[in-house]
Order: sequence, then C-alpha cells, then structure tokens
Amino acid sequence: MGTVAARGLSKSFGKVQALDGVTLDVPDGSFFVVLGPSGAGKTTTLRAIAGLEKLDAGSVHLDGRDATGDTPAARDLAMVFQSYALYPRHTVYENIASPLRARRCSSSEITTAVEQMSSLLHIERLLQRRPAQLSGGEMQRVALARALVRRPRAFLMDEPLTNLDLKLRVEMRTELTRIHRSLGATFVYVTNDQVEALSMADQVAVLKEGKVQQVGTPTEVYERPANQWVAGFVGSPPISLLACRAEGDRLVGAEGWTLPRPHWTTAEDGRALLLGLRAEDLSVEQRGNASLSGELYGLEPLGDRTLVDVRVGTKIVKVKARPTVTGTPGERLQVTVDLDRAHLFDADTGLSLSEAGR
Amino acid sequence: MAVSVDEAVSTGPARDHSPPARRLGGRGRSGLEVALLIVLAVVMLFPVLWMIETSIKENRDVYAIPAKFFDFRVTLEHYRDVFVAPDGGRSALSVSFLNSAVVAGVSTVLATVLGVPAAWAYSRFAVKAKKDQLFFILSTRFMPPVVVVIPIFLMYRQVGLIDSKLGLILIYAAFNVPFTIWMMKGFVDEVPAEYEDAAMLDGYTRLQAFWKFTLPLLVPGIAATAVFALIFSWNEFVFAIFLTSSDDVRTAPPAIAGLIGGTTTDWGLVAAASVVFALPVLVFAYLVRKHLIAGVTLGAVRR
Ligand SMILES: Nc1ncnc2c1ncn2[C@@H]1O[C@H](COP(=O)(O)OP(=O)(O)OP(=O)(O)O)[C@@H](O)[C@H]1O
Ligand SMILES: [Mg+2]
Repeated sequence: MGTVAARGLSKSFGKVQALDGVTLDVPDGSFFVVLGPSGAGKTTTLRAIAGLEKLDAGSVHLDGRDATGDTPAARDLAMVFQSYALYPRHTVYENIASPLRARRCSSSEITTAVEQMSSLLHIERLLQRRPAQLSGGEMQRVALARALVRRPRAFLMDEPLTNLDLKLRVEMRTELTRIHRSLGATFVYVTNDQVEALSMADQVAVLKEGKVQQVGTPTEVYERPANQWVAGFVGSPPISLLACRAEGDRLVGAEGWTLPRPHWTTAEDGRALLLGLRAEDLSVEQRGNASLSGELYGLEPLGDRTLVDVRVGTKIVKVKARPTVTGTPGERLQVTVDLDRAHLFDADTGLSLSEAGR
Repeated sequence: MAVSVDEAVSTGPARDHSPPARRLGGRGRSGLEVALLIVLAVVMLFPVLWMIETSIKENRDVYAIPAKFFDFRVTLEHYRDVFVAPDGGRSALSVSFLNSAVVAGVSTVLATVLGVPAAWAYSRFAVKAKKDQLFFILSTRFMPPVVVVIPIFLMYRQVGLIDSKLGLILIYAAFNVPFTIWMMKGFVDEVPAEYEDAAMLDGYTRLQAFWKFTLPLLVPGIAATAVFALIFSWNEFVFAIFLTSSDDVRTAPPAIAGLIGGTTTDWGLVAAASVVFALPVLVFAYLVRKHLIAGVTLGAVRR
C-alpha cells in the first residue's frame, strides 16, 4: 500500500500564498507528477506531504489514514530534495546508508542495500568521497540513491533530474520509469519540465500560483487542457492563441480571418473567445477546407522538423513542418487548420469551451 | 551548498583581500605614515613591555631612580612569589588563579550548553515576535555591569550567594548566554535547515537530527563563541570585586588589584601576576583571531 492524499493544503509565507487549497489524490503504485513553473508551490506541496511544513489549513492522508500531525519519520516517506541536502561531513556511502541506520538495520543489510543502489545508479566509484568532491549530476544520483535505498510508503522527488546534462537526463528518465515499474511503489514527482511530466507520468497535476489547474493523464492534459494557461504551459512550442468570436456557422477572428465554426463547441454567438492552435495541428504544406492566410515571418530549423512562424494579422502562429520546407520572409502563405484538434477558451475566464469526449 | 562554517564566518574583507592600491602610485607607505605607526606602536606597547620588564627585575632595580631600562638584574623570584607563599605553601594569588579558571570555565560551559540550543531554536523555528525577543536578549548587554551590581549584591545576600564561586558562575553565565545566542544564531543560520529535514525523513527525530547532523558543523563556531565567553569571564572585575571577599573565592582580577595599596606595593609581584593573568587571554585570542573581527560586529557575521 502507498496512497498519498492531500486535502485542501494551504500555506502562506508572510504575504506570499504558496499553497491555496491544493488537493491531490495519488493512487497506490502510480507515478504522479506535479508540474508547474518556478514558484508555483511544488516544493512546498512536497514538504507539506513530508511533514516538514506546518500548514495553515488542510490535511495529509497516507494509506487512507490522517497523518497531518505525524512527524516526518513516522510518515515513512523518502524524499529527494531539490538542493540534494547531502550531509557534508559524511561519505557518499554513509549518506546512502543514513535512512537504514536511522531505522536500525543490521550492518550486513546496509552493505548489501548500499552496494545494490550504487551499482544501479552507477556511483560505485564515488562511495568513499564526500559531497563536496562530487559534480552536480553525481550529487543528484547520490540523493536518488539515498531515497531509493529504503522501501518507504512513497517516494517524493523534487526535480531530481534538473541538474543532469541532456543525455544523462534522458537516460535517467528511462531508468527512473524502469525503477518505478520494478518497485511498484508510489512516486510523487515534481518537475517544471513538461517533457519529463508527459513522458514519465501516469497522472499529472498542473500547479500554478499554489492552485491546482488540472489533474489528468498526460494525454488528457495535453489534448484537453482545462484552461488557456494549461494549454500554454504544456506543449512545446507553446500553443498559439488567437482572439475571435463565433458568428453563426463561422469563427471570426479579431485579425479579420474567418474559419468554419467547429461542431464541438457550445460557445454562444458574440462571446469573446480564444482559439488555441498547436503547431502540429497546422500545416503550410497541405491544403484543407479551413485555413488562415498570413505571411512568412521566419523559419526555425530544429533538425527533425522546422518551425514556420507565420504572421496572421499581428499574431505569430507557429506551424510544424518538414525540415525541407523553404520560403522567404514576407511571402504570402495559407495555414491549414485541423479544426477537430483545435481548442476554444473563454477569453475572460480562460476556461476551456471544448466539449470533453468530442 | 555545504559551506563550511569556518569559511562562512571569516568575513571576506578581514583576510585574503589585497587592498586596492592605497597610494596614487600604488607604492608602499610614506615616511610620515611609518613614523606615526611607530609612535602609535610604542605608546600602545610601552605599558605591556614595562609590565614584562618589571616582572623580571630585581626589586632594587624596580624602585631605582632614574628608572633602569636596560641594565638591570634579571630574576624570576616574582614569578615564584605569584605561586608560592613565603611559608612555602600555596600563595593566595595562585588560589585566585585557580578560582578564575573554575569560574570562567564552568560559566562558559553553562552559557554554551544553554545558548547553543536557544540559538538553534531561534534560527529554525517560527518563534512569536522573534525579532523583539532577540532584541531584548541583546539589550541585556547594553547596560554596563556596574549599573546592576548593587541590586544583584542585595539579591545575592538574600539567597546566600554572596562570596561564593557559584554566585559568580551564575552571573557570568547570565551575561554570556545572550552573547552566545547572538553569535551562534549567525553560525546556525549558515547551516542549511535541509540537512535536518533530510535526517528527519531518514527516520531521526528533530533532536537527533540536530545532534547528529547540525551540531558537528557548528563546532568551529561554538569554539570561537566559547573563547569569547571565556575571555569575558576571565577578565571580569566589577562583579568579582563587589560579590566576593574571601581569599579562597576571589578571582584573579580583584586579587591582583588587591596587591596595590597599603604601605608599600610589591610592583614586581603585581607585574608578574599580571603577565601570568594575561597569558591565557593572549593564547585564546590568538586561536580565534580570525573570528575576532567578525565577533566584534556580532550580528554582522552573515555573508
Ligand atoms: N521558507 C519560505 N519563506 C518565504 N517564502 C517562501 C518560502 N518557501 C517558499 N516560499 C515562496 O512560496 C512560493 C512557492 O515556493 P516553492 O518553493 O514551493 O516553489 P516551486 O514550485 O518549488 O519553485 P521552483 O520550481 O523554483 O523550485 C514562492 O513564491 C516562494 O517564494
Ligand atoms: Mg522547488
């Protein structure tokens, strides 16, 4: 067992409201990612679950039992700190062994467990060093080893891969997913990297300014963002948003364009809307019945594809294209829109107006 | 991360800091500067040199007029007199040195044992009106001891602490606890709280986390703070002279002062006792010389 539930967590630091009614339900054995920009309250959420932060309101439930008043030790959780928090006077070996020593494991158990962890994370060579003699990436792996050496109720990980170089990060992503699967344990994983969130998570909670914006599977969060902010935060390049209105069977853009009205929206005529278009749902190479006209603003070759920046009125719309695409800035273009995959948001509230399950 | 406390506290400007070219041409000191520095050094050091000289002169030379600067007879009998009484037993002065050591040592241990956990608490926990409390603690050091010595004398007489080492120990500890809290809070602030957080998740209690992971990192700071407390207690004069009277309780400062006066003063003995008295302070000051500059500005220990 290892369910973690947070109910209405609120916490302020002076004038800063770090958490504002955060509610999360982490099922047993799931890889649960908390995704949000810097300052969203991700670390504070983890610290609250771990019992390191005194809450203004709300409760934490572990395995269905109210654990709000429990000490961190009693909660039986392991955490990877954003700053690693490796003990500076202890060797890497002693750092990894610390959770086992605290819980009075026998020394043979400790030796076996530390050796197993260090080979898993490729840090055998470092066991006799001190944290000051390690690189950032090595420290991060030691911090992971210290958390993974024990079998706690759940693992809390605060941006454990941010300091690794890209290659190692991609490797460790796969490695962590593999470890998660083989342990079958509950992971609560914090990151500001949406690629990490989408590739690793069973479920994602998107956090902004201490409030949960949306909880769902990576596909749900990406395909059906609950609001304009989530749509803009998840996805790279960011979604293009165009102001418009519904008028009869047409969408009329503030920039003068018109598109057929998507059948899936219930937005009434005249309401101020934002049309959200992801780069991969647009094309400059194919023809279709729904299109926007604009002029070529620039090309961003990314190797496997090229991003075409098209100016529609005063807005720049990003379009994904094959790497072979060419053009000169200023050239007139037609951008074909896959309206079945577009998003509509209320311009005032930002909430999605796309029907679920369309 | 992992800033060693030692590094964090030895404030940058105090060392390893080559001053910007001090003269226009960046040359050495001017002649005038050197002359003024020599005069200053002589004025400052003369009493010390004179004390050392007097302590090794024969009595005849001590009282010689005009004073003998160079050709005097060297003797160590004053130093013998500091420790050995005329009848061959222990001298009263040596007892007072022992008292000083006991009083200073015990009061410093007491202040450290009370002050370090308090500093940790002030650094780590959200204490109500923390700033006001810390200011109040500091404010107890604003008044000179002589202001409170009469009330304390009266209170001590009531409870029977007059003329006892325990009385001195308590009053010195009371003066050193605020100092310890202030100085140690700066050191504790330098140690990231996350070491303790991590330890608590490992399964330790909060106190175990402090004891096992934070305290070892504080040792250099504790040593520096304790030396300051030790020097204060060792040098203290006002309380000592008001609150003690008998030879077997008296500490060294009033005991040495007591040698002066009467019909004749044995200046050689006074000088030798003063040298013996000054030595421990010099040694300790040398040990914490890096922290002295930081310590003078108490709260300014932070980066
Ligand atoms: N101890 C503290 N004292 C005061 N403010 C704090 C404290 N801890 C966090 N905050 C504030 O609370 C908010 C949320 O902080 P938190 O560390 O949870 O963000 P985060 O999502 O982890 O950001 P990052 O991705 O940069 O780590 C921020 O505005 C931060 O400034
Ligand atoms: Mg954080």
